[in-house]
Amino acid sequence: MKLFDRFFSGMRGGVHPEGRKDLSAARGIRVPPLPKKLFVPLQQHIGAPASPIVCVGERVLKGQLIAVAQGNVSAPVHAPTSGIIIALGDHVAPHPSGLPVPTFTLACDGLEEWAALQACDDPFALSAEDIAARVAAAGIVGLGGATFPSALKLNLSRGVQTLIINGGECEPYLTCDDRIMRERATAIVEGISLIAQAVAAKEVIVGIEDNKQEAIEAMRGAARASSMKVVAMPSMYPMGSEKQIIQVLTGQEIPAGGRPADIGVLVHNVATAFAVHQAIRFGRPLISRIVTVSGGAIKSPCNVEVLVGTPVQELIDFASGYSQAAARMVLGGPMMGQHISNTGIPVVKGSSGILALTADEIGHDAASPCIRCSTCVRACPVGLLPLEMAAHIRGSDLAGAVDLGLKDCIACGSCSYVCPAHIPLVHYFNYAKGDLAAQERSKLKQEATKKLAEARGERIARIERERAEMMAKRKAARAAKEAAAKAAAEAEAV
Amino acid sequence: MNSIAHSPHAHAPSSIGKVMLTVMLALAPATVFGFWLYGWPAINLWAVSLIAAILGEAFVIRIQQRAVKPVLMDGSGILTAWLLALSLPPYAPWWIAVVGSLFAVVVGKQIFGGLGQNVFNPAMAARVMLLISFPLEMTTWGAPLPLTSPNGLNLIEGLRVTFLSQPIDGMASASLLGHVKTEFTRGIGLDQALTGFFTPMDALWGMRAGSLGETAALLLLLGGLVLIARRIITWHAPVAMLLGVAVPALIFSLIDGNHYAGPLVHLLSGGVMLGAFFIVTDPVTSPNTAKGQFIFGLGCGLLTWVIRTWGGYPEGVAFAVLLMNAATPLIDQYVKPRIYGRDSKGVALPAKKGA
Repeated sequence: MKLFDRFFSGMRGGVHPEGRKDLSAARGIRVPPLPKKLFVPLQQHIGAPASPIVCVGERVLKGQLIAVAQGNVSAPVHAPTSGIIIALGDHVAPHPSGLPVPTFTLACDGLEEWAALQACDDPFALSAEDIAARVAAAGIVGLGGATFPSALKLNLSRGVQTLIINGGECEPYLTCDDRIMRERATAIVEGISLIAQAVAAKEVIVGIEDNKQEAIEAMRGAARASSMKVVAMPSMYPMGSEKQIIQVLTGQEIPAGGRPADIGVLVHNVATAFAVHQAIRFGRPLISRIVTVSGGAIKSPCNVEVLVGTPVQELIDFASGYSQAAARMVLGGPMMGQHISNTGIPVVKGSSGILALTADEIGHDAASPCIRCSTCVRACPVGLLPLEMAAHIRGSDLAGAVDLGLKDCIACGSCSYVCPAHIPLVHYFNYAKGDLAAQERSKLKQEATKKLAEARGERIARIERERAEMMAKRKAARAAKEAAAKAAAEAEAV
Repeated sequence: MNSIAHSPHAHAPSSIGKVMLTVMLALAPATVFGFWLYGWPAINLWAVSLIAAILGEAFVIRIQQRAVKPVLMDGSGILTAWLLALSLPPYAPWWIAVVGSLFAVVVGKQIFGGLGQNVFNPAMAARVMLLISFPLEMTTWGAPLPLTSPNGLNLIEGLRVTFLSQPIDGMASASLLGHVKTEFTRGIGLDQALTGFFTPMDALWGMRAGSLGETAALLLLLGGLVLIARRIITWHAPVAMLLGVAVPALIFSLIDGNHYAGPLVHLLSGGVMLGAFFIVTDPVTSPNTAKGQFIFGLGCGLLTWVIRTWGGYPEGVAFAVLLMNAATPLIDQYVKPRIYGRDSKGVALPAKKGA
């Protein structure tokens, strides 16, 4: 009942997109055959790209460190299998631009020969710093999709009140978290306990949407011996968004512009907890993840445990290919995922799903005028006025859109999903956010230029002043000399 | 280069055309009842309104050199004409419908920039224009002549009424509100004025003189509930409007029952029911937050009651709606939802350390 009350004091708005999870929910996690080549990008996380430490032609072992973290916000990259590094160069990346990023090409030798791993028999004897250090070394990033380096989050959140483990998986189609909870609950629970130990959390809540009963039961069974609470949350999008899950489970809100730690909360995804378990218990770095391959155009949707770097096309082939022409390929879920136009791109740490959607599933139509029906206002989980923001952005009034809360938008897509006029609202908002960022950058640049120009002006003025002073001095000296000579001559003449 | 589609890659199966169609379906019971109650003249008037709106809108779109079909297919112009027709006296001449419809879609909507851009509810703007310009035609009411009754008009007679302004013998009547107003000027109190003129059951069903589609309170309520159930509208504006009419009516009728009509008379007469569920819920001209819509509905209700009680006109729904339409931008400016992580003034919530 307590949760019931919390819910009604909690999340606002939200939408109920068609789940379509039945396509793949019953399919157990399988491991596809080893691809011939893996394409491992140096940047699979938020922050600075990793810096390569192996050379082309070198043989690497499975789990071997091949690129180290650079700077404070970064994550290392490991070889997903044993083989030879045959190239380090640009390859299409999982980014909507389709632009290439520096990527290792690894020719797999099929031996799956592991590097020496630093396992730990009694992980609970480790100190908080030690756990964070091992998580950092394993290259673990937030697997819910944000790909923020996990160790950094642990270090920034030490001493929080509540650790929330996100098993919401509110995106339609995706069942990777569902399956991992059903099949690997014990390992996840140990991973959660390790995270809790690393941040000294006083309370641990695992939130799972109530459309995943098997996962809830599996997690409850595994968590029986611990003090963590496994809570069923109402199935509603975007329940799995950090801000919303905190609101629903704790009744609190992250202050605008702040982080969960500001209210004593840390949120990690269930798959991240599993990766933490693997890293600490067995010393295995993050080199694989669970991916859902689904969509109306996929012949046999499935959940697969995939090595990082596996080309998307291999997974589509593993799912028996297409049952019909896909109108759109999406990486991630349909609500926030990216449209991809090339199936040669590799799966990276943050890829949760590969969807081949039919035109019917997308259901998109040409935009018509806004009738101010304010369905978007009711759907917005943040409490924004999407229709007003879009109107300001259309009129190039970005400042007006910011006043209305543009920067608080979480880009969840609820407004675009429900809009009966099919107005691409989130597209407007992301465009505006990008434009604002560009404006801010150019403003910084202008300021820097102005400062430099002012400094130059001052420098030139100073040099001229000094020169003038010197000239004056010399003139005075010369005049004095001449005067002295004149006086001497006069004196001589007398 | 392929164009990149932006997320979300899934969309709810709704469209503006479907929304408009649902509203029309919700209006259908009250409309069909009006057809039955007032017979062929009502059907003619309704049809003329719709045709005029379609042709008028198509013409204006052509002048703008825009594609006509998508604009007509969204159904908003037809819905506007439909709502206007329901608010007209059923035995009004054809040109009332034509002038009103053209005013609604051309002046009321397209001149402002088309769908979604108009400040005033087009149907109500047209009704007010007609009432001010043609007060005689707009306040000539006829007693019901149901299609199935022996003295009901046939198609030919109906056409004569609509297109040749042929008077209906001995059937001139007054609407409830008009009647009360007239009786007041003669110094006759409510107790006598209402005798034989207002029976709640008849008012509920709509068996009385009045506008084409405004009399069937129950059927309009039914349509409104359908719209709420289908999430096309929310309860806020309708409930607020009904409260805005009923609460002052109740208070004043308790103070002086012979001069101020009670809440039931107000709720079941004139355009209140149609207004509450189909007019103040017009998305384009009403505020865009639930709280704002409540304020808007309440204002419409209160103004309706004030105009009916102290104004020169017997009915006030259309005037009230237009006045509140003018206030909509103001309401939207001041009534905004609280943003996540901020207080109601937009200031970020304070951080508190959990440890």
